[in-house]
Amino acid sequence: MEDLLKMTARYTTTAIVLHWLIALLIFVLFPLGLYMHGLKLSPAKLHLYSYHKWAGITVLLLAILRLAWRTTHRPPALLMPRWQQTASSAVHALLYLLIMAVPLSGWLMSSAKGVQTVWFGVLPLPDLLDKDKALGLLLGVVHETLNYTLLALVIIHIAAALKHRFIDKDDVLARMLPGKRS
Amino acid sequence: MNLLKKIIALALLLSPFLASATEYNQLQQAQSTLTFGYKQMGVPMEGKFGQFAAQLSFDPAKLAGARAHIDVALASIDTGSQDANESIAGKLWFNTRLYPLGSFVSTGIKALGGNRYQITGKLTLKGQTREVSAPVTFKTDGNQGSFDGSFNIKRLDYGIGIGEWTDLDTVADDVQIRFHFTVLAAPASPLSNPLPRKKP
Ligand code: HEM
Repeated sequence: MEDLLKMTARYTTTAIVLHWLIALLIFVLFPLGLYMHGLKLSPAKLHLYSYHKWAGITVLLLAILRLAWRTTHRPPALLMPRWQQTASSAVHALLYLLIMAVPLSGWLMSSAKGVQTVWFGVLPLPDLLDKDKALGLLLGVVHETLNYTLLALVIIHIAAALKHRFIDKDDVLARMLPGKRS
Repeated sequence: MNLLKKIIALALLLSPFLASATEYNQLQQAQSTLTFGYKQMGVPMEGKFGQFAAQLSFDPAKLAGARAHIDVALASIDTGSQDANESIAGKLWFNTRLYPLGSFVSTGIKALGGNRYQITGKLTLKGQTREVSAPVTFKTDGNQGSFDGSFNIKRLDYGIGIGEWTDLDTVADDVQIRFHFTVLAAPASPLSNPLPRKKP
C-alpha cells in the first residue's frame, strides 16, 4: 500500500524522459545559439546554424508531445505552502509556453529571413512567413529576448529544485529524476 | 535593271541599320530581373543581381542578326543576408575588385518553334569563360517584348567559392540562373547604356 502511494507520487516515465531530453537539448542549444551567432561566415557556421535549427525544431516537437502528455496525466500533488504551489505552477506554465515559443520564434525568424528549415536535411518545413528582411531582424530580437526570459525562468526553476533537495530535504526533485520507483 | 539591282544591293547592305519596328533592343532594367537559385545545407536559396545592362537586338524575323551582350555588376548581388553579400565579393567568391563584371555574349540563336528559342553564348565569370545555352521564351505586347529563360552552371567551373567553400555539402555546385528581360522595340541604336568596363 505504501509502495503504491510512492509510485503515484512520482512523475510517469514518459514525463521524466521528455523533461530531461528537452532540458538536455536546451542546455546545448542556448550556448550554441550564442556561439554560432558570433562566428564569421564559414561552412562551419552554416553547419552549426542547421544543427541548431534541427535540434530546436526537435524541442518544439518534444514540447508539444509533453504538453499533450501533461494534459492527460496530472502530475502528482505537491504538499507545500499555497504560495509555493502558486509560484511553482506559474513558472511551470511559463516554461511550457517558452519551450514552444522559443523554437517557434526561431522558425518564424528563419522563414522571414528566407532560409527555410529542412529538418535534419530531409523534411522541409513550410515557411510560416514570406521573406521580409526587417521582420527577420525583428524576429531575431524576439528570439533572443524569449531566450533570455527562458534562461531566467530556468535559473529560478533549478534554484527551486535545489532548495527542495538540499534545504527542505523533500522528494520534489527526486520525483522527476530517473531511478527506481521506490 | 542594273539600277534596280544596285538599289536592292544597297537596301540589303543598309538593312541591319534600318532597324524595323520589330527589333527589340532597349532593355528596361526596372522591369527586368536576374535571379539565381542554389542549395545551401540542402535548403533551396534565392538571390538576385540588382545591376546589369545589355546590348540587345532581336528581331524574330531575322534571327541570324540577333545578338545579346549582357554585363552584370557582380557586386550588386543580393543573397538575402548582409553577411553573405559582403563575403561573396571577396577573393574566395567573385573577387569583385579584380573581376567586377560577369558577362554573357551570345554566339547563336536557334528557333525551337512557336515563341521558343535556344540561345547559346559565352559566359565569363571571374576570368573563366564557358559556353552556356538556355531555352528562352519570347513574348510580345505591342512594342514591348520579354525574354524568360534559365540555365544551370557549376560554380566551381568558374572558381566561385573556393578554399573552404569547395566543400559542396555546404553550398552546392549547381546554380540555376534565371532571367526575365523586358525589352522595348525602338528604331534607335541597339546600344542601351552598357555598364562602364573597369580595367582590373
Ligand atoms: C529550444 C530551442 C531553441 C533555443 C534554446 C535557442 C536558443 C538560441 C540562442 C540563445 C540564440 C542566440 C541569440 C542571439 O544572440 O541572437 C539563438 C540564435 C538563433 N536561433 Fe535559436 N534556439 C532554439 C530554437 C531555434 C529554432 C527552432 C530555430 C529555427 C528553426 C532557431 C534559429 C536560430 C537562428 C537562425 C539564430 C541566429 C540568429 C542570428 O544569428 O541573428 N532557433 N538561438
